[in-house]
Amino acid sequence: MMKKILAALMAIGLSNPVFAGGADDPLVYQVMIDKLEIRGTDGSNPLVLEADAWVGYDLNKFWFKTEVERVDGETEEAEVQFLYSRAIAPFWDLQVGWRRDIKPDPKRDFLALGFKGLAPYLFEVDAGIFIGESGQIGARLDAEYEYMFTQKLILSPEVEMNLYSKDDEAVGIGSGLSDMELGLRLRYEIRREFAPYIGVNWTGKFGQSADFARDEGEDTSDVQIVAGIRAWF
Amino acid sequence: MSSINDPIKGARLTRRRFVQGVAMGGAFAGLGLGSSALAAVMKQQGPETLRGTDFNLTIGEQAVNFTGAPRIGTTVNGSLPAPILRWREGDTVTLRVTNLLRETSSIHWHGIILPSAMDGVPDIATGFKGIKPGETFTYRFPVTQSGTYWYHSHSGFQEQTGLYGSIIIDPREPEPFTYDRDYVVMLSDWTDEDPTNVYAKLKKLSHYYNFNERTHADLMKDIKEKGLAATWNDRKMWNQMRMSQRDLSDVTGYTYTFLTNGQTPVEGWTGLFRKGEKVRLRFINGSAMTFFDVRIPGLKMTVVAADGQTIEPVSVDEFRMGVAETYDVIVEPKDDTAYTIFAQDIARSGYARGTLTPDPSLTATIPEMDPVPNLGHDDMGMNMMNHAGHDMSGMDHSQHQMPDGELMPGMQMAGDMDMSGMQMAADMDMGGMQMTSTPAAKPAMKPNPSDFTAGSVHHAPTEYGPHVDMRADAPQYRLDDPGVGLRNNGRRVLTYADLKNLRTTHDHRDPDREIELHLTGNMGRYMWSVNGVKHSDAEPLRWKLGERLRITFVNDTMMNHPMHLHGMWSDLETGDNNYLPRKHTVIVQPGSRISYRVTVDAEGGWAYHCHLLYHMLGMFRTVVVS
Repeated sequence: MMKKILAALMAIGLSNPVFAGGADDPLVYQVMIDKLEIRGTDGSNPLVLEADAWVGYDLNKFWFKTEVERVDGETEEAEVQFLYSRAIAPFWDLQVGWRRDIKPDPKRDFLALGFKGLAPYLFEVDAGIFIGESGQIGARLDAEYEYMFTQKLILSPEVEMNLYSKDDEAVGIGSGLSDMELGLRLRYEIRREFAPYIGVNWTGKFGQSADFARDEGEDTSDVQIVAGIRAWF
Repeated sequence: MSSINDPIKGARLTRRRFVQGVAMGGAFAGLGLGSSALAAVMKQQGPETLRGTDFNLTIGEQAVNFTGAPRIGTTVNGSLPAPILRWREGDTVTLRVTNLLRETSSIHWHGIILPSAMDGVPDIATGFKGIKPGETFTYRFPVTQSGTYWYHSHSGFQEQTGLYGSIIIDPREPEPFTYDRDYVVMLSDWTDEDPTNVYAKLKKLSHYYNFNERTHADLMKDIKEKGLAATWNDRKMWNQMRMSQRDLSDVTGYTYTFLTNGQTPVEGWTGLFRKGEKVRLRFINGSAMTFFDVRIPGLKMTVVAADGQTIEPVSVDEFRMGVAETYDVIVEPKDDTAYTIFAQDIARSGYARGTLTPDPSLTATIPEMDPVPNLGHDDMGMNMMNHAGHDMSGMDHSQHQMPDGELMPGMQMAGDMDMSGMQMAADMDMGGMQMTSTPAAKPAMKPNPSDFTAGSVHHAPTEYGPHVDMRADAPQYRLDDPGVGLRNNGRRVLTYADLKNLRTTHDHRDPDREIELHLTGNMGRYMWSVNGVKHSDAEPLRWKLGERLRITFVNDTMMNHPMHLHGMWSDLETGDNNYLPRKHTVIVQPGSRISYRVTVDAEGGWAYHCHLLYHMLGMFRTVVVS
């Protein structure tokens, strides 16, 4: 069902006359590895990737987003999103499409509906609603700020939280505020396109999600030292 | 085919010579020899001059090296910048332009009044489709003006890669000033990057090239000086609006090497003089994207012409050049010392430089660049509550821009305006009607109906949407504002209020109608438009042959836009309508408004656009005169 919706969305996007770019509006793409980092924990150190890519024109783009976490060579969490993105306000894009959680098993599919843009006071915001096949409704807010110590040394606080309408024990999700992540990363842009960083990351699970984690013998909160790279082209 | 083969041979010959010259310059720079050594070594600096009425120009590609890395430049007759063309007013010139590139090319004669078919803008100039690879196009037109102009490609990004050169037109009648030496100073910007990539980078990250953003150190300094509350208030609006006070230039010295007559700042161009001589410098801003602030420390510059047209001389320390503007200045060095021609870019990210010297072995100190300025609330076009604390109000401006005593009517108008802005507009319309119905026997001196007050502003519905990030609520006329970075810098800086035609206004009719055009864009998305509509979506502007227009620009963005109208003069309203200076390119300051008059006397299709290369694709209108 989700694939059909996605195919339909893509068809709408491509048939849109606005999609025919002129000389002022060439087809542009970007691949952004926002985070590729090792997180230091008591046990095995997870490797985390957060990346996205887009291709399109000034006002209409296709987006791909992914988040992957690997521990001991095993992929513990993996999520992909395929979105059609349309500029609806000077600083905001409406993004609709398909989200698939590949890991943990079993796979979960969602219809994704989000807003991505720049809020007043220069907060970068990505907020989404996700409607699952079993009537599960998820919500996510990701907000980030960039504080420039110098032109190249940038401190970036970030918050991400996930909320769900229903328990989904099979994948460890509880209703209400499920999990939250607070990050503080200091990167040095050797070039605009390439920046190593270090930082600290706090993750926490709440409510039923925390209970599920405890049942699995996992920590419900953790503070990690992180080191990684941010790169784009 | 033989007509095409010859230029190829010619290009091959010149290529070898050109590459050698550049390689030599690079080697000396690498050895760390000073500019004097270089100046002594290099026999000929800058492009050669071609004279006469008959020209063969061949557009080609050459290896060039401005940064230490070899790149391919776009050249004319093997030269970057292209050769200087020296014409004579009254002659008819013939220019056979052969395109050896693999893509369509064109040459536009910037600021030259000529038939549309000769204007060189593909698909807009009447019947002109561009010059296809391997083809030769013959331009032929009478030269009806004199002064300093330039020429450049109007295809793709060829202007960025080197296709630009100077035009000097010698007048039939003697000029109203004298000089002993005559130099072209062509300023430009070179990047080793492919311009297509530059444009794509701006689309991905519009501040990619801006390495002068405000940082922690600036914040701490502000808090220390002003206190936390004042600092917060100062920055509040900018942060709310998601705008940068350091958004001065889209493409900077991070990628650009700024050139003077094709010479890098390391090499430096050199012009010789003997003490006591008058030296005429023909400044041309042939950049793709760079505004230059020009001065010669130690010398006063007498500005005698703007955009090729003589003006009442005005003595200044410094002037700003929008992209595509030209200024002729005369300097009189009284000492046997060397002087630096210093042209820093508006964003203070680099400079072009030259040396005026009586002796090639003398060098002059190169001044420090000015501090990086912040855009002010005025540049936002906002009607601020705390406006009084900033610069001046609109009324103050209109009074300042009137030279004392000379323009009492203008002063009066400005004084009355406060009470009866609407009434004035009505009066002006009536005046226009009178003029058209009464045949004007002779141009009589008249009071100034220019309305320099900031009336209410109307934004078209097309200005609302994701493609426009800002609209100026209270755009002011800022003719006497030298612009961001030049305000109160202790130097006498030229402003548009200083420009006064040496001759009386060519066309004394009052405008038949007024057109308001808003310059719009979304900086973050890097989209540019006029009235919120980009060129590819816009209907042409249709003007009537013979009419007199008043065009008012409102700048709804935070950037300076140099607006260039092809084929017809822009008679800029600078305070005295009896002596309107004629320009081909007019800077519209951020958040401001400005007006000029156009006599629509040229039939056909014309381009009308922002001359910033990466803005003009969208911020562009086709004008059709019939």
